[in-house]
Amino acid sequence: MASAETTLLEAGTGNQVRITRIEVQGVMRRRLLDLGFVPGNRIEVLQKSPLGDPIAFRVNNTTIALRSEESSQIWGERIGE
Amino acid sequence: MRSYTIALAGNPNTGKSTLFNALTGLRQHTGNWAGKTVTSAEGFFEYDDASFRIVDLPGTYSLYSNSTDEEAARDYIIFENPDVTIVILDATSLERNLNLALQVLEMTNRVVVCINLMDEARRLGIKIDLKKMQEKLGVPTVAISARSKKGIDELLKQVMLVASGAVVPSPISITYSEEIEKKIAAIEPQVREMFGTHLPSRWIALRLLDDDESLLTSLKKWLQRDQNAASRKEVLQYGETACH
Ligand SMILES: Nc1nc2c(ncn2[C@@H]2O[C@H](COP(=O)(O)OP(=O)(O)O)[C@@H](O)[C@H]2O)c(=O)[nH]1
Ligand SMILES: [Mg+2]
Repeated sequence: MASAETTLLEAGTGNQVRITRIEVQGVMRRRLLDLGFVPGNRIEVLQKSPLGDPIAFRVNNTTIALRSEESSQIWGERIGE
Repeated sequence: MRSYTIALAGNPNTGKSTLFNALTGLRQHTGNWAGKTVTSAEGFFEYDDASFRIVDLPGTYSLYSNSTDEEAARDYIIFENPDVTIVILDATSLERNLNLALQVLEMTNRVVVCINLMDEARRLGIKIDLKKMQEKLGVPTVAISARSKKGIDELLKQVMLVASGAVVPSPISITYSEEIEKKIAAIEPQVREMFGTHLPSRWIALRLLDDDESLLTSLKKWLQRDQNAASRKEVLQYGETACH
C-alpha cells in the first residue's frame, strides 16, 4: 500500500523506503544518483551515529552515510506498512 | 598486422587490473596521464593476428561527478576514440555497476560488456541471464572469472569482432522525457555541425543540457588541437565504423 511521503532523515532506523524524489541539486545530486539514490530504488535505514547525524543507509548492497543536509531532501515511501 | 586500442572501464574493485594483467602479462607500464595526476596502465598483447594496446582507465562509479579520475576516463573514451571499450562489471553488484555501463553505452556503441567475478557470484547463489542482459544492453556481453582466467577467450573473441567492425553493436538507447528530448532535438544538429561524426552528438547535447562545465572545458581543448591532424587520423582508423 502507498503510504505518506517521508524524507530519508525521518524514515526511522530499520525501515525500508522506496525513493520518490530527490530535491538535492548540483554535483551532490549527481553523486547521489550515481550511488543509487534514484526514484524507484529501495533504501534501508541502517543506523544513526551517536549524535544523530550522519545516518547510514543501505543502497545497492553498499552502506552509505548521508548528512542531514542531504537526507532531508530525499523523499520516499516506507515499504511494508 | 592490424592494431587496435582497447579501453578498460569499470567501477573500482571489479577486477580491472586482474584482467589487464591476465591479458598483458609483463608487457605493460604505468604512468601518469598527460598533465593529470591520475595513474594509468598501458599494455600490449596479440590475438588472432592483431596487436592490441590496452589502457586501464581509472576505476569510477560514474563519469559525471567530475572528479579528476572521472574526467580522465570520460575524456579518454570520448576524445581518444578507442576501437573497443570493455566495461567490466562485478557480477555480485550488477545494479550498482550498470550505472557506469549505461553511461558508456550512451557515449559509444563500440562496447563489450564483461561480467567478472562469476566464481564469486556462483558461490553466493547469484544467477545471471547473460543472453537477456545482452539483448537488453544491445552489445556483446560475456562472463569471466579474471582471477582464474576463465572466459578470457570468449571475451577476446567478442572484442575482436567489435574492433574489426565485423560486429557493429546497437546499444540500448535511453529515451528521456518529452521536454528533454525536445531540447536535445534543438541542440543536436548544431553539435553535429561542430564535431561531425568524431564525437557523439546526442551525448554531448545531453551533457550541455546538464550544464557540464568540465566537459565544456575538455571540448574547447579538443577543438584547439590540430583539427586536421585529428580528422585525418580518425578517417584512417575509423572510416568504416564511425557511428556512435
Ligand atoms: N573471486 C574473484 N576475485 C577476483 C576476480 N578478479 C579479481 N578478483 C579480486 O578482486 C580484487 C580487486 O581486483 P583488481 O583487479 O585490483 O580490481 P580493480 O580495482 O578493478 O583494478 C582483487 O583482490 C582480485 O584478486 C575473479 O574473477 N574472482
Ligand atoms: Mg586497478
